[in-house]
Amino acid sequence: MKTAAAPARTPADAAPLPQAPAAGASSRPVAARGDRPRIGAIYRWELLKLRAQKRTYLGLGGALIVPIVFLVALEAQGSGPDEVPFGRYVTQTGLAVPPVLLLFSSIWLFPLIVALVAGDVVANEDGNGTLKTILTRSADRHQIFVAKLLASFSYAIVALLLFAGCGLLLGGLRYGFDPLTSLSGTEIATGRGLLLLGAALLAYLVPLLAIASIALLLSTVTRNSAAAVVGALMFSLILQIVGVISGLDAVRPYLLSTQFDAWQGLLREPIDWDPIVRSLWVCALYGIPSLVAALLSFMRRDVTGG
Amino acid sequence: MSALATRPGGDRPAGAAGPAEPHPIEARGLVKRYGELTAVDHVDLTVEAGSVYGYLGPNGAGKTTSLRMLLGLIRPDEGRATLFGRDPLEEGAAALDGVAGFVEAPRFYPYLSGRRNLELMAALDGGDAADRIDDALETVGLAGRDGDKVKGYSHGMKQRLGIGAALLRDPRLLLLDEPTTGLDPAGMRDMRELVRRLAADGITVLLSSHLMGEVEELCDRVAIVRSGRVIYEGALDALLRSTGQRYRLRTTDDERAWDVCSYRPDLGELTRTRDGLTFAADEPEVAQLSLALARAGVGVVALVPATASLEELFFRFTEGEEAIA
Repeated sequence: MKTAAAPARTPADAAPLPQAPAAGASSRPVAARGDRPRIGAIYRWELLKLRAQKRTYLGLGGALIVPIVFLVALEAQGSGPDEVPFGRYVTQTGLAVPPVLLLFSSIWLFPLIVALVAGDVVANEDGNGTLKTILTRSADRHQIFVAKLLASFSYAIVALLLFAGCGLLLGGLRYGFDPLTSLSGTEIATGRGLLLLGAALLAYLVPLLAIASIALLLSTVTRNSAAAVVGALMFSLILQIVGVISGLDAVRPYLLSTQFDAWQGLLREPIDWDPIVRSLWVCALYGIPSLVAALLSFMRRDVTGG
Repeated sequence: MSALATRPGGDRPAGAAGPAEPHPIEARGLVKRYGELTAVDHVDLTVEAGSVYGYLGPNGAGKTTSLRMLLGLIRPDEGRATLFGRDPLEEGAAALDGVAGFVEAPRFYPYLSGRRNLELMAALDGGDAADRIDDALETVGLAGRDGDKVKGYSHGMKQRLGIGAALLRDPRLLLLDEPTTGLDPAGMRDMRELVRRLAADGITVLLSSHLMGEVEELCDRVAIVRSGRVIYEGALDALLRSTGQRYRLRTTDDERAWDVCSYRPDLGELTRTRDGLTFAADEPEVAQLSLALARAGVGVVALVPATASLEELFFRFTEGEEAIA
């Protein structure tokens, strides 16, 4: 390494610089700063940022409108879609509405809704040039990342609750809250049915959070919101196409898209835990490496935009 | 302390700070390459407490890249930088304690109001930063417009909000990247006045600029960069002194004036410009010249000291480089 200012020219009489009164500055202590920011506070602000952006309402609006459109179509048609599980019972009890909605929405609707925010949450800062703004404060990069991760996950949970809640409520108001017929043909009492529906949503959330993790990785790496959203959606769709190729039956249980059906095990009698357990570790295999890669990328990346 | 030992010619005045106090900025051998291009080429910087340090160079000289490296936003390929002795790449945000500023234009969330943006920044600062929001808005003159969304702010308002956001951190070191760029003359004057006031409060300032006049007006020490390399580093007044004083001369008869000037041995760097002559000389010589011109029957229309000397100097430093390149 050569000595840096080698070509620098200095006037012959490089006088000592006239010192400005430095007392005010240097007498203040270096270390005596207040509390460091906490992840909780940063997370709160990530939520507030989401609340102030139109994109957020696009996803949440979709999660509310789709169940309404579905029920309107059901009214017009007069009977449920026979070819899908629970489709036959959908006009008999509102409890059957959320399961049918979950079946339809796993193809692209929910991957899209989740990717819309998770794919934007870092890239949006690149687009606004605000990454440099928040990374020159007192919060460490990993804190910002974790806050963004939690905010993306929170949004996915809220969207799913709105979606299923809207379907259940409107379906129940129209068709009543009668007992649900399980996939094994047995009758599930309303109370236990609602409990199982809640559990089904939790199971459905697992692959959803894996998609969010992948979208977050793409958001961090591509620095481009559209690329990250489309990329995460394409990934999800490609896996589904792989899933319908008949020669590839052996890999199907390990595709991320397949895990969107794991919740059905809860609505059998007795409950089939196998798909749930498999979903947990398969989704972890997709999601955790994505998150680790995203974190490492975020920690090390050069912030050049803006 | 080891940093002190490696500093060439440690001429720091005793008593300016405790001996163990590290410099606000200490950069050694910073290099950043983008493919073939070396954006920052072995830059050394030492900014001492209480100084207003000018980082001067044309656009694209690598000033912003240097500032990003100082703040830990990008990783240098070689070398290291510390702020008050702490390296942001090792210590993370803790190394930025007491440090604030912005690189390129300050950027905020367009969909939030100015005040909301500052509240967010304060949350990211922790401590009592939120208590300073009102004062900061007042200082930068945005107190009346703090409820408007940043989307509707003019460039100058965003620039001032950038300073306001920096003040929330109660900084001892302020890094400002071209703070007057894009401002109208009144805005530039206000911004310089603000920087002067902050410096008077004892805040150490690193001011990057491509405007010679700005650096001349505000700074006491300067590094001149070109193509990523520091081509001059030193005290501003020493720099100005080394150049000698230049004068502009307009007369009734420039031909004869040129002849008169040419015969005077104490008068140097005589050049002809569109509207007269320029030369370098000290004051007694200038007085003698005016008498000589009168004797020769040449009327003096104007004989004035040339300003913007730093600018001339900058071109003198860089023209040589141009010839090599």
